[in-house]
Amino acid sequence: MAEKILEIKDLVVEYHTDAAIVHAVSGVNLSVIKGETLGLVGETGAGKTTIARSILRILPTPPAKFRSGEIIFGGEELTTKTEVEMRKIRGNRIAMIFQDPMTALNPIETVGWQIAEAISLHNEVRRDEAEKRAMDMLEMVGIPMERFMEYPHQFSGGMKQRVVIAMALACNPELLLADEPTTALDVTIQAQVLKMMQDLKDRLNMSVILITHDLGVVATSCQSVAVIYAGEIVEYGTVEHIFDHPAHPYTNGLFGSLPRLKTTERRLKPIKGLMPDPTKMPEGCRYAERCPDATEECSAKPPDVAEVTPGHQVKCIKAGR
Amino acid sequence: MALLEVQNLKKYFRTPRGPLHAVDDVTFKLEKGKTVGVVGESGCGKTTLGRTIIHLLDRTEGKIFFNEKDVSDPTKKELKELREDMQIIFQDPYSSLNPRKTVSETIAEPMKVQGKMTKTDIRAEVRSLMETVGLAERFENSYPHELDGGRRQRIGVARALALRPSFIVCDEPVSALDVSIQAQIINLMLDLQEERGIAYMFVTHDLSVVKYISDDIIVMYLGNMVEMAPSEELFENPLHPYTKALLSAIPEPDIHNQTERIIMRGELTSPINPKPGCRFMARCEYASEECEGSQILEEHTAGHFVMCCKYKQITN
Repeated sequence: MAEKILEIKDLVVEYHTDAAIVHAVSGVNLSVIKGETLGLVGETGAGKTTIARSILRILPTPPAKFRSGEIIFGGEELTTKTEVEMRKIRGNRIAMIFQDPMTALNPIETVGWQIAEAISLHNEVRRDEAEKRAMDMLEMVGIPMERFMEYPHQFSGGMKQRVVIAMALACNPELLLADEPTTALDVTIQAQVLKMMQDLKDRLNMSVILITHDLGVVATSCQSVAVIYAGEIVEYGTVEHIFDHPAHPYTNGLFGSLPRLKTTERRLKPIKGLMPDPTKMPEGCRYAERCPDATEECSAKPPDVAEVTPGHQVKCIKAGR
Repeated sequence: MALLEVQNLKKYFRTPRGPLHAVDDVTFKLEKGKTVGVVGESGCGKTTLGRTIIHLLDRTEGKIFFNEKDVSDPTKKELKELREDMQIIFQDPYSSLNPRKTVSETIAEPMKVQGKMTKTDIRAEVRSLMETVGLAERFENSYPHELDGGRRQRIGVARALALRPSFIVCDEPVSALDVSIQAQIINLMLDLQEERGIAYMFVTHDLSVVKYISDDIIVMYLGNMVEMAPSEELFENPLHPYTKALLSAIPEPDIHNQTERIIMRGELTSPINPKPGCRFMARCEYASEECEGSQILEEHTAGHFVMCCKYKQITN
């Protein structure tokens, strides 16, 4: 049995506002195998980022409210840790790459020092030692050392994202949370960054959670996939399970919506309708309203998770029938 | 007969460091009811090209013909008439709508400005436009902030359709949307084209989207049109090294047929005062001395143009 670096059990996160309660994440279970990349796929508002931020406990509370759940990282329960203990983990053993490289960097510090700062916070090293390691990190992500003393505005989008990656990897994290790391980048730059992340992952023996809405990115970089819809994992399995035998109607809908390069069809098959209002989640299956195969039974009560083949879980009453 | 003809269009912006060549020598034709896709990375000039054609920006050089008529330098009156025929759908459905106007006010705006319809007619037309683009009547008095991205983009489409144009520039109309919503909007645009015979210029960075809806595709790099071909032909037989790299960089949602990626070195160079010669040279794996000479657009096969002095060597 492969070693699990991270296990999340029954995670429930809500956002409490004056007007209503937003059910952002409702009972999510997932695990990351050591050395693997898990893809979290879903549309805007599905709860992908909330899951990642819950792991690091960096959600603003309020409005966020952590209802229940266990987050076990390397055998330790994170949810009961004190803030001081969490600080030793954040950026050190678990690092995060944020979606927008333009706003993730401090505009008034040099990029070199921003990387060195992460190193000196978590390691007892002298400043010059930290700077030397920061320079090595820059080289590793393909930025010449001479640019150490430059400021973020002097870098292009792709370069900034490399700086953010260098910063995240500076302390050799065991787990990397990458939140849409390439969404803001052009395709050719995206290809460069994905390739680089892959190489670094193998070299540093990291585990990665890759958050994305792009199934193409998942196909190129992940070993397992969790498809998220309206705060719930609707399908979970290896890339082979998801891409070769998609079993949840939402996963099928996502594939149907994608324009493909290698087909000659002239019409896409979009999913009708919109995601449910997260303050008024339906009683039964949350996808029922948009699902082409929905019956009355679907709206009556929430579906159980069925295991269609070992390791391939689907939250749909029709799965496995 | 071409609906739109663009000849050697140039748009330079003045900057303190010299002229920025946003669009440099673009030539193409667009037939009635057809779609031309314009692809390229951020900063390649694709948005500027669209905006210059519909006179949201003044051109620096070149000619624009619309319905066989030279419209390069329209008078104010001519421009107002031209706007009935040429419209635009903007990229960002969040910032392209006036937050203080309701859905129906936004859609009615172009008809009011044009001043040719009565109030009652406008109201009826707004209703029918909302139905056409799939916006329920109950949203008539909603404000943009109450609606999601997909519905907002439907307002943008309805507004562009209001004056019954024959040509619409679509500037990344689906880039800000989720895939399931993106597919809804793309299908809507294809339906409208079939029903109304509208010609589109579809500007996007997403090659898989452009393949779906374009008849011809223009690939731009730093203001230059580096390749132009019918859609199928471009995807089957790309000639320019940049087009090849761009096509191979797209992550395909397929785990079995992963093609070998061409990973390009470096990034776009500055379009300010570019050197003569091929602008892609710095990132091109085939670059050599002859690339430093000025490049011309060659017709490889009928309708397939490429701007690369070495494309024959590379392809063979």
